[in-house]
Amino acid sequence: MKDVIIIGSGVIGSGIARELSRFDADIVVLEKGNDVSVGTSKANSGIVHAGFDAKTGSAKAKYNVMGNKMFDELSKTLDFPFRRNGSMVLCFDEAQMDDLKALYNKGIANGVEKLSILTGDEARKLEPHISDKVVACLLAETGGIVSPYEMNIAYAENAAANGVKFEFLKNVVSIDKIDGGFEVKCEDGTSYSGKVVVNCAGVHSDDINNMVCPEKINVWARKGDYILMDKTCGYLADHTLFQLPTKMGKGVLVTPTTHGNILIGPTAVDTEDKEDVNTSIEELNNVFDKASLTVPELSRRTIITQFAGLRAHAECDDFIIGESSVEGFFNVAGIESPGLSACPAIAVDVAGKVATKLNLKNKSNFIEKRQGIPHFATMSNTERQKLIDANPLFGKIVCRCEVVTEGEIVSAIRRPVGAKDLDGVKRRTRAGMGRCQAGFCTARVMQILARELNEDMQDITKCGGHSNIVEGRTK
Amino acid sequence: MIEKNLVIIGGGPAGLAAAKSAYDCGEKDILILEREHELGGILNQCIHNGFGLHTFKEELTGPEYAQRYIDEVLKRNIPYKLQSTVIDISNDKVVTYVNAMDGLVQVKAKAIILACGCRERPRGAINIAGMRGAGVFSAGTAQKLVNIEGYLPGKEVVILGSGDIGLIMARRMTFEGAHVKAVVELMPYSSGLNRNIVQCLNDFNIPLMFSHTVVDIKGKDRVEGVVIAEVDEKLRPKLETSQYIPCDTLLLSVGLLPENELAKNAQVQLSPVTGGAEVDDTMMTSVEGIFQCGNVLHVHDLVDFVSQESENAGACAVRYINEGAEKCSQVAIKCIKGVRYCVPHKLNCDGNYQPLNFKMRVGNVYKKVELTVTADGVKVFGKKRPVVAPGEMESITLNSDQVKQLKNAKEIVISLEGGQQ
Amino acid sequence: MIKEMICISCPMGCHLTVDATDINDIKVTGNTCPRGVIYAKNEIIAPKRMVTGSVRVMGGTIPMVSVKTREAIPKQLIFDCLEQFKGVQLQAPVHIGDVVIPNVAGCGVDVIATKEIEKA
Repeated sequence: MKDVIIIGSGVIGSGIARELSRFDADIVVLEKGNDVSVGTSKANSGIVHAGFDAKTGSAKAKYNVMGNKMFDELSKTLDFPFRRNGSMVLCFDEAQMDDLKALYNKGIANGVEKLSILTGDEARKLEPHISDKVVACLLAETGGIVSPYEMNIAYAENAAANGVKFEFLKNVVSIDKIDGGFEVKCEDGTSYSGKVVVNCAGVHSDDINNMVCPEKINVWARKGDYILMDKTCGYLADHTLFQLPTKMGKGVLVTPTTHGNILIGPTAVDTEDKEDVNTSIEELNNVFDKASLTVPELSRRTIITQFAGLRAHAECDDFIIGESSVEGFFNVAGIESPGLSACPAIAVDVAGKVATKLNLKNKSNFIEKRQGIPHFATMSNTERQKLIDANPLFGKIVCRCEVVTEGEIVSAIRRPVGAKDLDGVKRRTRAGMGRCQAGFCTARVMQILARELNEDMQDITKCGGHSNIVEGRTK
Repeated sequence: MIEKNLVIIGGGPAGLAAAKSAYDCGEKDILILEREHELGGILNQCIHNGFGLHTFKEELTGPEYAQRYIDEVLKRNIPYKLQSTVIDISNDKVVTYVNAMDGLVQVKAKAIILACGCRERPRGAINIAGMRGAGVFSAGTAQKLVNIEGYLPGKEVVILGSGDIGLIMARRMTFEGAHVKAVVELMPYSSGLNRNIVQCLNDFNIPLMFSHTVVDIKGKDRVEGVVIAEVDEKLRPKLETSQYIPCDTLLLSVGLLPENELAKNAQVQLSPVTGGAEVDDTMMTSVEGIFQCGNVLHVHDLVDFVSQESENAGACAVRYINEGAEKCSQVAIKCIKGVRYCVPHKLNCDGNYQPLNFKMRVGNVYKKVELTVTADGVKVFGKKRPVVAPGEMESITLNSDQVKQLKNAKEIVISLEGGQQ
Repeated sequence: MIKEMICISCPMGCHLTVDATDINDIKVTGNTCPRGVIYAKNEIIAPKRMVTGSVRVMGGTIPMVSVKTREAIPKQLIFDCLEQFKGVQLQAPVHIGDVVIPNVAGCGVDVIATKEIEKA
């Protein structure tokens, strides 16, 4: 019997796995998809919120403010991209100044540091490309941006290095209470028994909870469409720029990404289908038009891609975190925004609770640090030369838009919890994430995947399942 | 840092022709940098015939055309490096490239010719909503998979865009056993060659739907179908005309963009119309000693024109290496009334009145027009055309007398006169 | 019988008007060069097409080599020709002009390689 079964390998599941791997325990993570970070964690704004937005006293507020403070050190320890660029909430209407002040006060009540209210001109001094119509803003210097999937992957790799097992294509269909723990059955017929089960199943966290707990919960999938712009327009925003909610709605954000693109979005549409990440033309137009209110210079010509992500919105409108009424069954459910910001704090907290429950002992040989994949594009020429000297594969550039080498791609595949498909390579190395959107590198990355995984080109997929790139040989 | 007189970036048709011509003009200190494992560029995957009628007076396939120029380069022993990607060019002409053998190398060049071609517009650039799984390819990516790797991207295919690559791929996929259900074109006309509509679509009864676009892509892991709709005169989809076409593959042939990231690093001034550099009549960009030719400068319809333009660039680069840049004023060429752009963009008032070739594209389909060139309001040249279209590049050559008039003018205007849309 | 057609002999794509009232005296207008006349007559009497494609090659730097029919073949034989491509497996090296399939589909035309493939 395992000590802990974690369901879901999003940033929360992987984060808890990593924090639990500090302890001497037998841990398995069951993931429905083909890779880690394939649900909510891969398609969101990538914002580390300061913490002024969540309702004072809520779990969201508590974990957000705590989590925010942990990012500087965590991103260094686990080597993932993070930048404390600061957030601004823009107010476009004098009549809304009270709302802006209320937000400021809520931030103070939540324990957020370094908040201030600026005039429109002061705001434009910091962000020269924002609209003339901005009359004031709330500046939160502690706001930040993170590469969410890279953070997720970093957690998972470090967890794996510390002995956590990750099992993929494990769609959990039932959980039964057995003597001393639980039996978790998967769609493929396999089953796992464990003393503790931690539910980190994102938009499906209600389904998992409802398999075991008498207290039913309800989690909606709330879809948001995003547009990603080329790095050439990266100069348009340095801070994360929110719009102060109005009677017309919540507004959209304009933010730089940790890699220098501009990301705009999201919209919010509740969807019945919890796998539905299709974009819609109405929503995309909506995103662009609203974002243009913040930065009027945005140009459709610089769009490189669009995507949609789902937020796991719990009916109770707060995170559901902790041991349920069923002993040994822990929920980490309804984790929507600011879930990413809260994640480091949630992970430490939940891991601590599970460790106490199982009376786990600290591991003496815990590997604290994780070294990321070398990032050729951002290195100095001397570092690049050294890398190629050590391994000539770093001299072969595969993705020209993002300057990604074969060395990086091979590393992404061979690492613990390595990439198995095109999207997996993309999230780990950025190959295919640039302006040509994998036009040139698709065939090369397929070849490298096929060679490294000892598979046929025909079996290489974009994102697991039946997403094969080609349908067969021509002859 | 090593030194070279001439570094040519790109070993496709443009780079090869530029190298051959530079060598024949007396320059022996040349280095060609090519990122792929062989010379020839995109021609290697264009295995259909139709290349070289102007240059070789016979119809060749892409690889055959490329080989003619590769042989010329090999015959002259012009040095080249394969699998070598240029990652930076500086304003003072230092080229940085990497490969597995030499590592990271910096070359100080007296002159640089950028001949690195173009890339395809991806799905994101045209904002098609829908699923994000597998099965959506740019036509060139599919072409590479089929022709070079030997894999079939899909069996039931819809193609968006009737540019030449889209048309060629319709036939190619049909030849490999796929069923091409439709070619959908946003505009009321095709930007591809008429012959390709005949031999790639009509021959196989593949419908070509003008004034239509793809508005949604359905499916989960892999494409299961697309929704297409008619567009109005402002190219907005009329959703009430939507129809669903089941398919497993969507190929996009929605335009090519010069690949100018390197030029930007060197602060080369780019044209907002072509996406390529703005060049003078020696093919020199705004940065002294940096030249451009081929599809990185502007997207061509015929490779013969690429070769011709690149041979000129090669010769001009050698003249620059030997004699330095002409210190003289320049006169810009203004394009109006249906003419989108002209290459070169400006002329050097340098007293050199050699005949000059001008290449241009129009913005729409026009019938019975006259392409005219005026210098300070005086007509210098006129060419009657029964029909002009955006997909076909117009090429005119002016004689010494005409060039002299232009180079002594304050304003040069190229326009389409008369005729109708 | 008057037919409109587009000449495919070269990228110019001339719009031809073809009067085939008398099959022994087909009249062609709209052509820019003599190839237009030949094309139009063939198109009426026995349409022909060049066929290009690829066949497998073993031991080379890439897995496929491009090929073409040395000259245009009867249009109705295109798919027979393509079918024969499937059965071919060459050994590297391959040179431009190498005969890959002699007398394809029995029409008297050879299929030849159009690319140099070196041994890997």
